[in-house]
Amino acid sequence: MTNMDLLTIAGRTFASRLIVGTGKYPSPAIMAQAHEAAGADMVTVAVRRVNVTDRTKESLLDYIDESKIFLLPNTAGCYTAEEAIRTAHLAREAGLSHWVKLEVIGDERTLFPDNEALLEATRVLVKDGFVVLPYTNDDPIACRKLEDAGAAAVMPLGAPIGSGLGIQNVNNIRIIREFSKVPVIVDAGVGTASDAAVAMEIGADAVLMNSAIAGARDPVAMAEAMKYAVQAGRLAYLAGRIPRKMYASASSPVEGLVGR
Amino acid sequence: MKITLNGEPLEVAGPLTVSDLLTRLDIDARRVAVEHNLSVVRRALFGTTEVRDGDEIEIVNFVGGG
Repeated sequence: MTNMDLLTIAGRTFASRLIVGTGKYPSPAIMAQAHEAAGADMVTVAVRRVNVTDRTKESLLDYIDESKIFLLPNTAGCYTAEEAIRTAHLAREAGLSHWVKLEVIGDERTLFPDNEALLEATRVLVKDGFVVLPYTNDDPIACRKLEDAGAAAVMPLGAPIGSGLGIQNVNNIRIIREFSKVPVIVDAGVGTASDAAVAMEIGADAVLMNSAIAGARDPVAMAEAMKYAVQAGRLAYLAGRIPRKMYASASSPVEGLVGR
Repeated sequence: MKITLNGEPLEVAGPLTVSDLLTRLDIDARRVAVEHNLSVVRRALFGTTEVRDGDEIEIVNFVGGG
């Protein structure tokens, strides 16, 4: 399956449909082991000011094998289109990649996206030559507008970032998949393996997660669980599930029963 | 001269380039991006971009995130 069924975004192929974050791990060494266990070949990173007074020599990038893992910079923490655009340009120069996970946050408590500003930032960054992967609501219309604006994929949330609540609106994600011509990546809200499997079963092209792995008691084991969940969900989607019925439908023959 | 570095005032002896500033701060130029008065400085131009009195400089790098 892994050889035949690759994830393709903007002409670039990825062997893994599990995209993993780099934040909140107990240590960078555990992060590196988790990335390995997840089989991830794309990880997200954030862009922040260098601490000029307290310089430690160690960099996050020392723990990421960039020959195997593609870096996807995010604009997390940006609350306006302008901030997000500025951050994306800095990320491009720091990483020499023109890909960006675009976040424009609208509310501190929920970290829900500001879709109006997100759309504006998407338009600008696409024009500036970026491959834009916007983090958005589980709203099929918002996703369609982002796609029309040139987004290379759409990344609807399953639930609020870091909440671990699982996919709250399964049907919307399914509709987004049905409507979209670009890859659909369920980003945020996964709590455990079954959540990732659900996302993949309904047709998501990939799942992006950070907290569910980094915050688990054993992040490396959870990363492995997520790898299998994403693979299982993808296989189930491709295999085609049976229709749901209201009542039983016997799987053993109803004729030839002993004593009847 | 006085510049603003990552939002904080900083007194530095001028003149200097972005490369000089990174060296003085002991920052590996290959791992960062620099913004000079709100526009991104191409890495190839670090050595020739002059920092002047009153300039605003942002130096960023990649950190963990989701």
